[in-house]
Amino acid sequence: MSDRLSPLLSSPYVQRLGVRFVGHGDELTGILPYTEQIVGNPLIPALHGGAIGAFMEMTAAAGLLAHSELAALPKPIDVAVDYLRPGRPEDVFARAVVTRQGSRVANVKVEAWQAKRSSPIASLHGHFLVKPVTSS
Amino acid sequence: MSKDLQAHLDELAGLLVAGSPHAVDLGFELDSITPGVAVIRAPYREDLIGDPETGVMHGGVVTALLDHTAGLAAFAGFGGDKAVATLDLRLDYMRPAEPGKDVIAEARTIKVSGLFAFVSAIAHDGDADDPVATAHAAFMVSKVSEAAAEKAKEDIARGATPISALPKPGEKGGAL
Repeated sequence: MSDRLSPLLSSPYVQRLGVRFVGHGDELTGILPYTEQIVGNPLIPALHGGAIGAFMEMTAAAGLLAHSELAALPKPIDVAVDYLRPGRPEDVFARAVVTRQGSRVANVKVEAWQAKRSSPIASLHGHFLVKPVTSS
Repeated sequence: MSKDLQAHLDELAGLLVAGSPHAVDLGFELDSITPGVAVIRAPYREDLIGDPETGVMHGGVVTALLDHTAGLAAFAGFGGDKAVATLDLRLDYMRPAEPGKDVIAEARTIKVSGLFAFVSAIAHDGDADDPVATAHAAFMVSKVSEAAAEKAKEDIARGATPISALPKPGEKGGAL
């Protein structure tokens, strides 16, 4: 599993945010650790929507890499992010579900939460360009 | 009215990017803010690369840039006196940004309707007719952000700076 994620984990931006992934069986949870650098509005304080969005895109890519063997990092085509609650200054978790993977395009849904899995702070639905490794 | 608003926005301009730690961390620079319109530049940086093989900046940086720029456009669209919350952000990634080039986001408030603002934005790396990404976003004045704006006014009146109040990693966050 971690071998498959290595192209993602070697990304400078992924490393800069400190994003990591923990697998349990076939389930993969992304972790965005809280740092002051991901705060968008210090007055609330709330995490930056862009940091949460970027983290969910990374989790979608990780979900796709874990789901099947790909020859390259998945590339986002379009994403729609719903912001459900302000992100508190705490760690964020996220899990991706690959709704459908074709030979070129995959549909992925991601949900991000903090203290309570049942109270998500944001969700993402996106299409990604994928290059599956062919058996030939 | 709009002349007063422009003066108000000019007064706040220094805080609109510099007051957001994540925007500062990503190196964002405010190019301009006018009623309903914001332009922000993200200088190319190697530590923001997504795929080391291509050197292209991570899509997430463009996401954050478009989110921040659209948010400022909505803020300026609402009249520059209400904190706003993002309801949703829809992004189309049209092509990779060219390695080495700055990415510039331009966001325009299409309409303010009551508590809501609808914003359209593009990101490009030099030619606005050849966008890297486009975005549509909806914002609202939320109770949380209104309460935060009130709290901010009180804090600033007491002489506190916004960033000094942040909890450190590992600490529990402030109550909402």
